[in-house]
Amino acid sequence: MRLLNLFKIATKAIILNKTRTLLTMLGIIIGVASVIAMLAIGEGSKESIRESISSMGSNMITIRPGADTRGPARGSGGDVQTLTLQNYEVIKEKATTLSYITPVVNGGGQVISGSNNWPSTIYGVNPDYLKIKVVDLQSGSMFTDAEVKSASKVALIGQTVVDNVFPDGQEPVGQMIRFNNIPFKVIGVLEEKGENTFGQDQDDVVIAPYTTVQKRILAIDYLNQVMASAISEDDAPEAVTQVTEILRTEHKLMDSEEDDFSVRSMEELISTFSSTSEMLTILLVAVASISLLIGGIGIMNIMYVSVKERTKEIGLRMAVGAKGADILMQFLIEAILISITGGVLGVILGLGATVFIEQFLNWPTSVALYSIIISFAVCAVTGIFFGWYPARKASALDPITALRYE
Amino acid sequence: MSKEIIKIEDLKREFTMGTETVHALRGISFSIKEGEFVTIMGSSGSGKSTMLNILGCLDQPTSGVYEIDGVSVKDLSRNQLATIRNEKIGFIFQSYNLLARTSALENVELPLLYNSKVSTEERRERAIKALKMVGLEERMGHTPSQLSGGQQQRVAIARSLVNNPVMILADEATGNLDTRTSYEIMSLFQELNKKGITITFVTHEPDIATFSNRTIVLKDGEIMQDYKNHNVQSATDELAKLPKQDD
Repeated sequence: MRLLNLFKIATKAIILNKTRTLLTMLGIIIGVASVIAMLAIGEGSKESIRESISSMGSNMITIRPGADTRGPARGSGGDVQTLTLQNYEVIKEKATTLSYITPVVNGGGQVISGSNNWPSTIYGVNPDYLKIKVVDLQSGSMFTDAEVKSASKVALIGQTVVDNVFPDGQEPVGQMIRFNNIPFKVIGVLEEKGENTFGQDQDDVVIAPYTTVQKRILAIDYLNQVMASAISEDDAPEAVTQVTEILRTEHKLMDSEEDDFSVRSMEELISTFSSTSEMLTILLVAVASISLLIGGIGIMNIMYVSVKERTKEIGLRMAVGAKGADILMQFLIEAILISITGGVLGVILGLGATVFIEQFLNWPTSVALYSIIISFAVCAVTGIFFGWYPARKASALDPITALRYE
Repeated sequence: MSKEIIKIEDLKREFTMGTETVHALRGISFSIKEGEFVTIMGSSGSGKSTMLNILGCLDQPTSGVYEIDGVSVKDLSRNQLATIRNEKIGFIFQSYNLLARTSALENVELPLLYNSKVSTEERRERAIKALKMVGLEERMGHTPSQLSGGQQQRVAIARSLVNNPVMILADEATGNLDTRTSYEIMSLFQELNKKGITITFVTHEPDIATFSNRTIVLKDGEIMQDYKNHNVQSATDELAKLPKQDD
C-alpha cells in the first residue's frame, strides 16, 4: 500500500520531467542497446561457424597419418604413409563408439566429358561416406559395397563438376566421364552444399569407390585419411580417445613416443574457431559495459541535481509525515524506474540495431536470451547502486533546513 | 473543561554555535486547550521560529516537557516524530509550499499518502471534503500556477485539514498575501475554529492577533505576555469595511 503510493509519487516525478528523464535514460539506452547488439554479433558469428562446420558432419572424426599438424614446422600429414587399410579395418572392428567409417584416398585430376574438361578432386571412399558427411543425392544412387569390392569404375559428381562438364544441361546420370583418362560411369549427383567456412567449394568433387581410386588412379596402397562418425555428438570425444588407443596399439607405439597420426573431431575444430570470436565478443561487451557504467553515473548525477532541486519538496513531505525511509524509497524507485525503462528501451533499440545489421550489413547475428536478461539485471542493479547515494542523502535531510531551503 | 491539546512546561532549547551556546527558549510554560485559536507573536529573534519548530515536532526541546494530545515528544525517534506530524498536526506555511505542476486535489491528498491506514478511496473522499471546506471544490484539478495566492493558501489549508489533526499550525500564513486576501483567509480560519478546530498561528503582525481569542507574546526566549482576547474581531466584518475594489 505504502510502497504503491511511493511508486506513484516516483512515477509522477518522472513524468513531470520528461525531457530530463529521457536524456538521463539515453546513457542506459545506448549502453544496453550496444551490449545486446554486440553480443548478438558475437553469438551470430559463433553460430554461423558452428553451423557451417556441423553441416560438414558434426559427429565427424578424421584420422590422418602423421603427427598432429597443429604444432610448428611439421611435415604435411598427407605425405606420410602410416595409415593403412589394415588400420581402417581394425578400427572398424574394435571401435564401439563409431557408427560409420570409411577409408579416404584422394587426388587431383582432370574431369573430361566430350569436349568439356574441369580440374577437380576425386575422393575414393566407401558407401558410409554420404552418412558421415551428411550429404544427400540429388539424383541417381550411391555405389554399393559389392561395387567397392570389385573396384567398379562408377562415380558420383558434385554440382560444380556437373555445371562445368555438362554445361548444356544434359542429365549426367548414366553418362560417361573420364578422370585422368580413366573412364567412369556417372551413377549419381550430390546435393549442392556450397562453400564451407574455409571458402572451399564442397560441390567440386568426384566420389568413387576407394578401391578403384587407390588402384587405378593413384596406384597407392596406403590411405590419405580415415573418416568416421561417432554415434552421437556427445560420443565424439570418447570416440577420439578410443580410436587413438586402437591406433597406438596397432602402430606399436611406446608410451614415450608421440602419436604418428592425428585424430580430430569437429568439436575441436569448432572450439578453435569459436575461441577467436569469443575473444572478440568479450572485447565488444567490455566496451559496451563501459557505456552502461557511464549511463549509471549519468543517473547518479541527475538524481543528485534532482534531490538538490527538490530540497523544499522533501522538507514539505517530511513535515506532513514522510519518514526518512519513505523519501529514500521515493528517490530509489525513481532511479530504478529510470534505469529499467532505459533498459527496456535499450533492449528494443538493441534488437532493432541487430535486425538492421542482419538486413543491411548481412552479418550473421543471433540474439541470446541471456544477453537480454543480463542487461536487464545490470540495469536494475545500476539503478539501485547509483540511486542509493543521492536517495540516502535526501532521506537524511533535516526537515527544518529543507523547508527553509531556497 | 475541555481537553488539553498542548502542554508545555519549563521548555528550553539551546543551540551550540561553535563555542557559544545560544538560548533560543529559556524556560517556557503554557498549554493550549481544544478549540482555542492562539496567536504566538514576537519579533525576529524572539524564539518564535524555534517555538514553531518544536510545536510542529520538527525539532525537539533541550529540556522541559512538551506533550501533544497526551504524547510526550521528548524522547521520540525521527520516525515517531514523523508519525506524530502525520497524524496530529496540520501545517500551513507562508509560502504555501504546494507541489508544483500537481493538482490541488493531489496536493491535499499528500499527507494521507504517508498514512498506510487510509485507503485510496478514503484518501480521495477526504481530500474532496477538505477542499469543500475551504470553498475550492470547483478548482480541484487546477495546478498551483493556475491559482491565485489566496487560493493556493486555501489549498494548503485544505491539506492541513485532511488528516483530521488535533491542531493546525500556521506559520505567517498571511505573510505573502494582500490585506483583502489576508482577511479572507483569517475569516476562513475563524470559521474553522468555530467548528471546533484548534489553531495555533505564529505571526509578527499585530492586527492578525485581534482575530484570535488568545495571544502569547515572546521576547528573547521568554513569554512576555499571555492574554485572552475578550474582544475578538470578526474578519468577515473587517473585510466588509475595506474599500470596494474594482475588478
